[in-house]
Amino acid sequence: MSDLVLDDVGPAGDREPVLAAEDLRVWYGTDRGPVRAVDGVSFELQPGEILGLVGESGCGKSTLGRGLLGLLPPGAARDGALRFRGKDMLSLKKREQYRMRGSQLGMIFQEPLTRLNPMMRISDHFAETLRTHEPGIDKHDVEDRSLEALRVMGIPPTRFRAFPHEFSGGMRQRLMIALALVLRPAFVVADEPTTALDVLVEAQIIRILHDLRETYDTSLLLITHNLGIVAEACDRVAVMYAGKIVEIGPSRQVFARPEHSYTRELLRSTISLSTTGLNYIEGAPPDLTDPPSGCHFHPRCPDAMAICTTTEPTPRTVEGGATVACWASEVRHGTRLDDADRAPLDKEEIALADEA
Amino acid sequence: MLTKPDSDGPADAGGTRPETVIETSGLEVHYQLQGGALSRLLGLRSRTVKALDGVSVELRRGEVLGVVGESGSGKTTLGRALLGLVPATGGQITYHSAGGPREVARMRGRELRRLRTDLQMVFQDPSAALNPSMTIEEAVGHPLVIHKLASGAELRRRVHETLERVGLAPVERFASKYPSDLSGGQKQRAVIARAIILGPEVLVADEPISMLDMSVRAKILQLMLDLKQDLGLSYLYITHDLASAKYFCDRIAIMYLGRIVEIGPTADIFANPRHPYTQALLKAIPEPDPTRTVPRDLPRGEIPDAAEPPLGCSFHPRCDQAVASCGWETRDLRVLLDQHWTRGAANYDRERALVGDLDRLDTPGTSITLGGKDPEATLRLLERIRGENPDEPLWAGVRQIENDGRHVRVDFHDGVDPALRRHGVVDVACVLYDADDSESDVDSDDADTGGAGGSAG
Amino acid sequence: MAETTHGPVDAATVPRRARRSRTPRFVRTIWQTKGLARWILLVGVVITVVFVMFALFAPWIAPYGYDQVRDAGGDFPKSAAPGGDHLLGTNDQFFDIYSRVVWGARTAVTVVVLSVVISTVVGVPLGLVSGYVGGWFDRITVFLMDALYSFPSLLLAIVFSFLLRDALGGGIFAAALSLTAIYIPQYFRVVRNTTVSAREATYVEAAKAIGAPPRTVMRKYLFGNVVQSVPVIGTLNAADALGTLAALGFLGFGIQPTEASEWGYDLSRALDNVGAGDVSPALWPGLAIILLVTALTLVGEGLNETLNPTLRRRRLRKVVLPPRSEEKSR
Repeated sequence: MSDLVLDDVGPAGDREPVLAAEDLRVWYGTDRGPVRAVDGVSFELQPGEILGLVGESGCGKSTLGRGLLGLLPPGAARDGALRFRGKDMLSLKKREQYRMRGSQLGMIFQEPLTRLNPMMRISDHFAETLRTHEPGIDKHDVEDRSLEALRVMGIPPTRFRAFPHEFSGGMRQRLMIALALVLRPAFVVADEPTTALDVLVEAQIIRILHDLRETYDTSLLLITHNLGIVAEACDRVAVMYAGKIVEIGPSRQVFARPEHSYTRELLRSTISLSTTGLNYIEGAPPDLTDPPSGCHFHPRCPDAMAICTTTEPTPRTVEGGATVACWASEVRHGTRLDDADRAPLDKEEIALADEA
Repeated sequence: MLTKPDSDGPADAGGTRPETVIETSGLEVHYQLQGGALSRLLGLRSRTVKALDGVSVELRRGEVLGVVGESGSGKTTLGRALLGLVPATGGQITYHSAGGPREVARMRGRELRRLRTDLQMVFQDPSAALNPSMTIEEAVGHPLVIHKLASGAELRRRVHETLERVGLAPVERFASKYPSDLSGGQKQRAVIARAIILGPEVLVADEPISMLDMSVRAKILQLMLDLKQDLGLSYLYITHDLASAKYFCDRIAIMYLGRIVEIGPTADIFANPRHPYTQALLKAIPEPDPTRTVPRDLPRGEIPDAAEPPLGCSFHPRCDQAVASCGWETRDLRVLLDQHWTRGAANYDRERALVGDLDRLDTPGTSITLGGKDPEATLRLLERIRGENPDEPLWAGVRQIENDGRHVRVDFHDGVDPALRRHGVVDVACVLYDADDSESDVDSDDADTGGAGGSAG
Repeated sequence: MAETTHGPVDAATVPRRARRSRTPRFVRTIWQTKGLARWILLVGVVITVVFVMFALFAPWIAPYGYDQVRDAGGDFPKSAAPGGDHLLGTNDQFFDIYSRVVWGARTAVTVVVLSVVISTVVGVPLGLVSGYVGGWFDRITVFLMDALYSFPSLLLAIVFSFLLRDALGGGIFAAALSLTAIYIPQYFRVVRNTTVSAREATYVEAAKAIGAPPRTVMRKYLFGNVVQSVPVIGTLNAADALGTLAALGFLGFGIQPTEASEWGYDLSRALDNVGAGDVSPALWPGLAIILLVTALTLVGEGLNETLNPTLRRRRLRKVVLPPRSEEKSR
């Protein structure tokens, strides 16, 4: 069943995308200068599609997720283009942005308990959420819609009047998802929604997220560091490094035939059941106030060539639908480079302890 | 390089010393819970949480023993109890030191502190495990200072040597830093350095890589493997991550709610998982494998409250292979009703009234009366729920459902609490692998179906 | 909401800060403070320093002794107007008001410093041990301290100054000790409560795991991490102590005028004459009290703003995105 869904929401799908980002930048300021947390990101999200966003910590995943919803730290700036159902999101006023969050844009956080008011019953949480965005909604509608949202999340109606502390960790995360979805937003960002949960509960939540599109026509951006979750639950995957999406494509293709050296190394360094030897990427992600020249990954890249230090590779779509920005991939696909450009890079030695 | 104990045992394992370095026997760690402020004022029952409930396990010299389980399984308590960081309330912990066997569970004060030169620990969160107001050099050298093993230039030399050994080189770059100046991986290296500086025999590693960034995990695991080989360490590797355990461990113990439910050589556990819980864990691991899809047949629910564990086998409420003797009880019936109403809430209010007070089902027991005015309707409701999913394992555990004229009475079979038993090369605690009982299980299974059907008819 | 509670980029991107000199961290934090907190702190510190100078150099600054009523030129006039030999005039006890105010600074600073030091020295270790050891010792000390704390502080100070007057007389040390009784519970409570939560920290467990005895755990692992709020309480208490000292003097339970010069006492005596138009004897001690109390409060609030992590905001600068062309040409 899931296979069918996978096939008809490819990037070439002819439906209008729910969300389209073009050359989006999200920078924020610190004492050391502006941090280029998101630096020229372009992608589209189809209705009902699940896009996984992976990468090491500090590559701008969370900032991108929040930036899409307009949740920015004070002083931060966005530019480029961001369209939600054709509407330009960057020119919206703060009030309008606020009104859209919850009703059309949703967010699921990592720590569910900190987002629930311990003094309010679950029913009150739902009532408040619904009344804020749909003033004048009557009591029966509130209850019907809340119970329906809970039901989809697998929470029995007997718990509707319970308090948050009466729920286990997994149940709380389900509650948060139910709260985020009760208004039927078209686009939801889930930022590491299962990191704090146990394996079995994590698998349950992932299944729920995966099945969301059957009930709600919700598109999901699933931010995670767990490549396994992406492989199982996501239609497409975007690999982020140092503020840029370096590879994006159908998750099966990206996992089976990673094009970007970073994607490949990331997969290789992941410890899985089939791991027979330990591999890792040397070094740590760069300081985003002053990222390396050319391809940002070149100081850590085993395939780095001379050109990688000087010229940033442009994203290119390869056979199968993945879009990649990598010189090594271009060479493999027949791009001709000068001998000088192709020369393997003499890299500085990276100390063992230079790590994240 | 994975080092197996039989292929290259540590050099110092002289013939006279036993093969086992530390072992527990029937180890129990129970906590008294003090309830809320009100119940304390009123002097109500204090509940006992059995964090460890009779754990017998041995760590062999030079091996890596993985302890795998979800949070609340007691795996962390086991590691802490081995070091005497939490007091054992029952059972034994025997450390086979160079000077003969010593009983850790009975050690106190000074004796216990001196034990820490032999048994050491690596913590899950490297940011929290280092004192924020101590430099790396002070922190790593402090064990030597505490045990008065080195001072001055000698202390400095040994600290620098250890820092170099864990890869914090060049040492000058790290020695005078504070923990907040280092990355997660670097902090974990410092924590490991502090643990090995006393030259211990056993390292309890409590989820040492789970808080680290994914690109660093393999590096820290590699470091631990190198140290094991160079220093002849034995590891107790506590984790919830079966994938790293598969790579890292020689043997694996699966824990659930304070007990070991399956233990055996890693290869056998993964090739042929016996306990339904182990099977479920394996199925649930998200694998970066392009051919995988979301697993659908996963255990429901979450690990139960250890203060009031399920009757019989603790895993039975979540188990899809459970049989009559697994310990079915009234709380399971509540879960079943909840699930029924979750599937479809159309008649929720009416059906809820038929069942009556749900909270009564929360008290553990094998017998319950349901309903009020119309017991016949309550009975029909139960039959309808059963008809929706006759394969639901709970029904196997129902001895009879009976309308006594005023109520509907539901009785369950008495459960069996399965002990850890040998099955092939592994030990497993599950009635499915209990050769003696397997036949009677089938019998009783048949008997119930008849009994319940008869009473309903 | 999310913006303030969640840093958008993880710690890994922040480059490892270069290690600076071995100055204590809180000194660095104070130095780096910006904005309003810095001004509050600065104004407070400047005024306080002026008074501390008065206190240290009183014999040189004040033209006369605090209990001097005559000099080579003969007896001082009673309630003289400001000017001439007496810059601010004299009061009804023939004392030179300017000298009394300057000497009063010495009394105030001594009493405040003594009481803060003694209550810290007693309260902090007591709270540390009580919080770490727990059990019945903790319960008893908490009960005693809560009992002391719930007493009205001025009443407590009066009771103690009565009790101590017999043993120590009505001097500076007795006054400082009676104030100490009020403030010990405050240090105790704060340190004990932070210890109780810090006791559960992993690094404390790690300290036990490397075999540290309880004394070492408290000294090397807990102390440095639980005393961080003490400087703030210290300065705020100093302001409070000064007020209480003045109140004691005002009510006649404080330092006797022959032992030292004390603003509260002078103020109390002078108030009777204000109605008669003799403002100077009341004005200057009163002003001194207000100024020093305000200054110490400012220092306390300023420290709180800078040292208290819950009040400290992440400083984020406004970003202006450079145009794309510049980007591309890089």
